[in-house]
Amino acid sequence: MSPRHTLHIVSGKGGTGKTTIAGALACALATSGRRILLCEVEGRNGISELFDVSPLIGAEERRISRTPAGGVVHGLSIDAEDALIEYLDTFYHLSIAGKALDRFGAVDFATSIAPGLRDVLLTGKVYEAVRRKIKNKPNAYDAVVLDAPPTGRIAHFLNVHAAVAGLAKVGPIRNQADSIMRLLRSATTVVHLVTLLEDMPVTETEEAAAAVRPTQIRIGTVIENMVTPTPLDDRQLQAAATGSISLKVLGLTIKQNQALASEFGIEAARTLQEQHRHDRLTTLGLPLVQIAFDHGGIDEGAILSIAEQLTDQMSLEAA
Amino acid sequence: MTSGYSSKAFQPPTHAGVAVPFLDIDKIIGDREIKIIICCGSGGVGKTTTSAAIALRAAEAGRKVVVLTIDPARRLAQSLGVGELDNTPRPVPMIDTAAGGSLDAMMLDMKNTFDDVVIAHSTPEKAEAILQNQFYVALSSEFSGTQEYMAMEKLGQLHSEAEANGTWDLIVVDTPPARSALDFLDAPEHLSSLLDGRFLRLLLPPARGPLRLMSAGFSMMSAVITRILGSQIINDVKTFVRAFEALFGGFRQRATATFQLLSSRHSTFLVVATPQHDALREAAYFVDRLSEEDMPISGMVINRVHTSALAISPERALSLAEDLAGASTPLEVEALRRHANLMRLIATESHQMERFASARPGIAQTRVQSLPTDVTDLVTLRRVGALLADKD
Repeated sequence: MSPRHTLHIVSGKGGTGKTTIAGALACALATSGRRILLCEVEGRNGISELFDVSPLIGAEERRISRTPAGGVVHGLSIDAEDALIEYLDTFYHLSIAGKALDRFGAVDFATSIAPGLRDVLLTGKVYEAVRRKIKNKPNAYDAVVLDAPPTGRIAHFLNVHAAVAGLAKVGPIRNQADSIMRLLRSATTVVHLVTLLEDMPVTETEEAAAAVRPTQIRIGTVIENMVTPTPLDDRQLQAAATGSISLKVLGLTIKQNQALASEFGIEAARTLQEQHRHDRLTTLGLPLVQIAFDHGGIDEGAILSIAEQLTDQMSLEAA
Repeated sequence: MTSGYSSKAFQPPTHAGVAVPFLDIDKIIGDREIKIIICCGSGGVGKTTTSAAIALRAAEAGRKVVVLTIDPARRLAQSLGVGELDNTPRPVPMIDTAAGGSLDAMMLDMKNTFDDVVIAHSTPEKAEAILQNQFYVALSSEFSGTQEYMAMEKLGQLHSEAEANGTWDLIVVDTPPARSALDFLDAPEHLSSLLDGRFLRLLLPPARGPLRLMSAGFSMMSAVITRILGSQIINDVKTFVRAFEALFGGFRQRATATFQLLSSRHSTFLVVATPQHDALREAAYFVDRLSEEDMPISGMVINRVHTSALAISPERALSLAEDLAGASTPLEVEALRRHANLMRLIATESHQMERFASARPGIAQTRVQSLPTDVTDLVTLRRVGALLADKD
């Protein structure tokens, strides 16, 4: 069995359902008695919208779901300004100065002139949550799931070393970047890439995988989202796609049967294309997970159904 | 403020109750007073495809068009003839020029655009000093607002060029996949306030005017910042600010001019979305924000809307499939099952679109059906244009 992962980083191209998958993964990990933290870093209220709860404000880590299995998921929306003030407090005991700095616009200034600093602050907060200890327990959370920036930015976001390369060579920020990088590179951290079986998302997934590799951060799985499973084989799909089948459904008119056949032809062609893209992804040599397309939209039931599919296909090292 | 491109109620009355005004793309294209069309929306909704399709349709209707794309899919870029990122508009081959139009396409190179601005507005020595500066390098390639800002800068440049020599009479802009819906509108203000903000001024001794009174408090702040970021970057910033000082005014002035151009009746915004909850939620932010800023919105383009020519309910399809289950007709069963899924998806999508329309009733829509293939060539792009205009 693979080592238990305590930090799951979920990325994917815009529109691939990255936030939904991150939420479902958190639920899947929240088996009996376990506490999971789901974090977002882009301030879009994605988590609260997904779980249909009021927006997560400031540093609160509110419980957003109790899973049928008996675990709990907490949500946190990480904000760079809050993280910087917390950082100043921890390392310099400067919480008041931090607030004054904020008034000056200094926080915005600092994160603007040193864009990498923002990412270090965000990942730094994740680091803190992963390592946080509470009484009688080895860790405050059994696992942390991060709804990370999209694939186009992910390698950059995670490469906190490069981000601070131009900054201080010594001192706390450097040390913190080193600690964050050690955690990210450890065997307990994995990155999951969410994709659709469409050309652009697959291309971006390939590019993201290539970009993450040099950072020495492990890629766990590629999650193929919104896939349409089919019991038919290639030959049957080919025939349908090329329009060389005729359908005879009793109770439908000839016209309706023709309309059904031509609609099915388009569906079959799409499925063949999806399979072709799935084949492309297998060349990455990473475990592939498939999540079925939910035609009814995303609600609580859909999240739990995705969570179940994740549990079935990933070795989710639950306690 | 919404402009007058919505006419009759939305074309196929797909749902009872909510009459959605139809967004008439051909009317926008045909209005010679419209010189800029901006497509905005969240990532992955087909913004680039929509921009390219509108540009192509306008060109073939006789407009002289340039389309500014930010981050196109490789194959779409190739079909437009902008395979490389070189910041220069190039003619798109193989388009129909019978109506007297033309189409150029270009892909934004953020860093080069910034470099060009520096070179164009300072002496060679100063430009050299700025381009070498470490802080400038970080700012021009990484600062989160730079891409949005440079898209606006480039738009301003293309517009002046179009006005000066009549190369183009319509600019179609594909906006960057803004992380937050607000970045795109805030970028000029954000960057120019960073560049001439009081914080940067405070770094430059001696502080002038009333700000001098703040310098005691500031030196403490400065010390903290230095401890966090290191002294090197502070020095880089100081050097940069000194060299860049002369450019500040120009930056702000151009940002303001572009902002005014976008608010004028020569511009119009299209908000692009797909019929999913989160994409529509992002679209709602855009619509509200644009309205707040009094920007001219024409309406919404909803891409990848599923349709079916077979009016058989999912329940009926599934029951037919059940009847067939024993027989050796796997194709029929699968076709019916797929049809049932499609009908459920169509119902979910129209529910989402209806909710959006009832929350924002004045916003015109045009819907583009989901296509079986990726849009990677001119033929398909032309078809998307026809679908946008409801002339397919």
